[in-house]
Amino acid sequence: MAVLQMQRISVCALKKDRKKILELLQQKGVVEIERMPEEDDSFRRTDTASQKAVFEKNASAADNALEILQIYVPEKKSMLASLEGKTPVDFEGYGSVVQRQDAIMGSAHQIVNLSKRIAENKANILKRENQKESLEPWKSLDVPMNFAGTRTTAALIGTLSTPMTQEQVYAGLAQAAPELEAVDVHVVSVDRDQSYICVLCPKKDGAALEEALRSIGFARPAQTGSMIPRERQERLEQKIAALNEENKKLEAEIADHAIERRDLELVSDYYRTRAAKYEVLGGLLQSKKTFVLTGFVPRQAAEALKKDLDEHFTLSVEVTDPKDGEEPPVLLQNSTFSSSFEGVVGSFGLPKLGEIDPTTIMSFFYFFLFGLMLSDAAYGFIIFLACFIVLKKFPNMAIGMRKSIRMFMYCGISTLFWGIMFSSYFGDIVDVVATNYFGVTLAEGQSVIPPLWFVPLQDPMRMLMYSMLFGLIHLFTGLALKGYMLIKDGKVMDAFWDVGLWFIFLIGLILLLLPSEIFAGISGIAFPASLAVPGKYMALVGLVGILLMSARDNKNWGLRIALGAYDIYNTTSWLSDVLSYSRLLALGLATGVIASVINQMGSMFGTGVVGTILFIVVFLVGHTMNLAINLLGAYVHTNRLQFVEFFGKFYEGGGREFQPFTTNTKYVDIKEEMKL
Amino acid sequence: MILQNLGIVYALLGAALAVLLAGAGSAIGVGIAGQAAAGVVTEDPSKFAKVLIMQLLPGTQGIYGLLVGFITLSKIGLLGGGAAALDVQTGLMILAACLPIGMVGLISAIHQGKTSAASIGIVAKKPDQFGKAMLFPAMVETYAILALLISILSVTAIQV
Repeated sequence: MAVLQMQRISVCALKKDRKKILELLQQKGVVEIERMPEEDDSFRRTDTASQKAVFEKNASAADNALEILQIYVPEKKSMLASLEGKTPVDFEGYGSVVQRQDAIMGSAHQIVNLSKRIAENKANILKRENQKESLEPWKSLDVPMNFAGTRTTAALIGTLSTPMTQEQVYAGLAQAAPELEAVDVHVVSVDRDQSYICVLCPKKDGAALEEALRSIGFARPAQTGSMIPRERQERLEQKIAALNEENKKLEAEIADHAIERRDLELVSDYYRTRAAKYEVLGGLLQSKKTFVLTGFVPRQAAEALKKDLDEHFTLSVEVTDPKDGEEPPVLLQNSTFSSSFEGVVGSFGLPKLGEIDPTTIMSFFYFFLFGLMLSDAAYGFIIFLACFIVLKKFPNMAIGMRKSIRMFMYCGISTLFWGIMFSSYFGDIVDVVATNYFGVTLAEGQSVIPPLWFVPLQDPMRMLMYSMLFGLIHLFTGLALKGYMLIKDGKVMDAFWDVGLWFIFLIGLILLLLPSEIFAGISGIAFPASLAVPGKYMALVGLVGILLMSARDNKNWGLRIALGAYDIYNTTSWLSDVLSYSRLLALGLATGVIASVINQMGSMFGTGVVGTILFIVVFLVGHTMNLAINLLGAYVHTNRLQFVEFFGKFYEGGGREFQPFTTNTKYVDIKEEMKL
Repeated sequence: MILQNLGIVYALLGAALAVLLAGAGSAIGVGIAGQAAAGVVTEDPSKFAKVLIMQLLPGTQGIYGLLVGFITLSKIGLLGGGAAALDVQTGLMILAACLPIGMVGLISAIHQGKTSAASIGIVAKKPDQFGKAMLFPAMVETYAILALLISILSVTAIQV
């Protein structure tokens, strides 16, 4: 119903109990611990950064191991896996894992090491494959690559930078060094860019030959070896096969660890929790024998927590109201229905100090307006059913997600309601099927299922009037809440000047408008002209009042009236706010008309077997898209009406969220209390 | 003689313009937002759902155009097979009625696309501000909704 009253809690206890006390607080999760003020001579902070780092490192090692397991032994996850939330774990399971933490961390490191070895092997395989590849042109050479010649001959093995045939090499040599005679050129292979050659000559001519070869682009190969290329390739292949074999074994070894997945998750969360504890511990001020801790706790949890602490430890707990001007963190508490809409308020901003929690009132309007915008009974039922099933199927869903889905479930009910009011079931599917398949003849504007209220498409002006009426109620509620907040703060007169006068003024204007010809022309409803008389006086009183009192803090009368006149100008913003609610009509029509277009498209294929199949296909695809787009539209524009039009009248937001010190886990949710 | 029979043509031109201009605007708007969205997803694929919603926001103008186009077609009886005999004046009135959503749809969708792209930037840097980020494009859309309203009201009010 409201913003929970926060209280300041101060604990002073013996240093030897500090870890146990923090564990208790973490378990309860109801205290937001403050970073303490400056150190002084007797109270100092201790540095826990190194312990914290160790725990964080362990947690990330476990996470890392889990990721590796996911790569080699993928665990199937459904599309809805993100809705599943954390697995609940009872205390016994948790305790046993904590006892075996070293062994589990051992496995984690082993998994990480195994995956490192696999990576190294893979790099080696790649390297060997490259080597093998580079030997490919030398395959037909039957001497080792570093072969330099025999006792009497010199051998030169290398590449030429242009592809050349044997004749071309001879010709090139003849030109470069005509004196060389006994040369034997052997072209091993030629590819697009170069030729691979082996040249023999008498030992004494070796140097001259190399000189001559260099002049036609000869270079010794980067890779030499004492093996014949083909043999070396075979050797490399064996090594690659061996490495592949080893990798398979290593992968199998990793796979063996798959059963430890749950343990790893638990142990990762265990270290994460401890790291959080040490972080808080590092922020505490400690003397030789004692330490102090301060923070915020919701009033209703304070008493029980105090009792709990007193029972288990020797300490002093003090619970006080926050000092004036202090902004305690904000925690909302609402009924099940309204709390579903807390996410909407949260995304705008939590109430700041002195503001009321708008969730309850907003939730009813949200429910009402969302349904009005989507307004199709079948769509509403589908949304309701889908959300309901998801909620039942995933009981461990994260709380924020749970609230959002519950919100859409309620909105589905509202959509269903308005769909029945306006007789929209997948648009006009009932009529289309009835006329096409059952030969029912319907007169223009008639429907098999008559609407409980009316069909907006047939009478858009009427719907427009109602849209604006709903808008006016919404806006007036916002203005009234502003008055309520002022009165709550004891500013009764301000409430009258800033809110009361506006009510008088606006209602006066409306009374003036109602009997006018323009309104009667649009709405077709004739109001008695006598309404204009009180309307005139109310508007006048409001006008003068606002003119004089709007800037009442200002001493300068000239400025005061000028500012008052400016405030009167706000009437235009009221006008635009009310007109903004015409989107209720527009979006409602959009859903219905597009649904009708889909139905009409579907029924174009006739009523034969093929026609019916095509009809079903068009129906499924079309309505899925229409539902998705209009659901998005309804969500966005309902939010807008709340944020801009409604909150604009009274609510600013900007409060800080309550972030209690708690077991901040990633995988599991530890049920049952931790024993002390 | 031919000029007198042009009523139905003007009416159809109106329906076509509503769908055409608003649809083109949405295509441009969704395109602009989509480029920004794709950039965010390359950095952080987990934001896909959020930026996709942002990208879709300028898509509504096209739907509004379709809406008016459809109402117009069913009004002049083209869908039922028997086109109503429209005089030139009625045809031009229907054409005029279709213009607001066509023109405003075109311009607002483009600008909504740009605003969406900027809001996608918000989501990229501060994902928790999604609710507020969504609001900026929605503000632009208001004017498309107002135009849609006048188009629908005029088309339904014209006596055929």
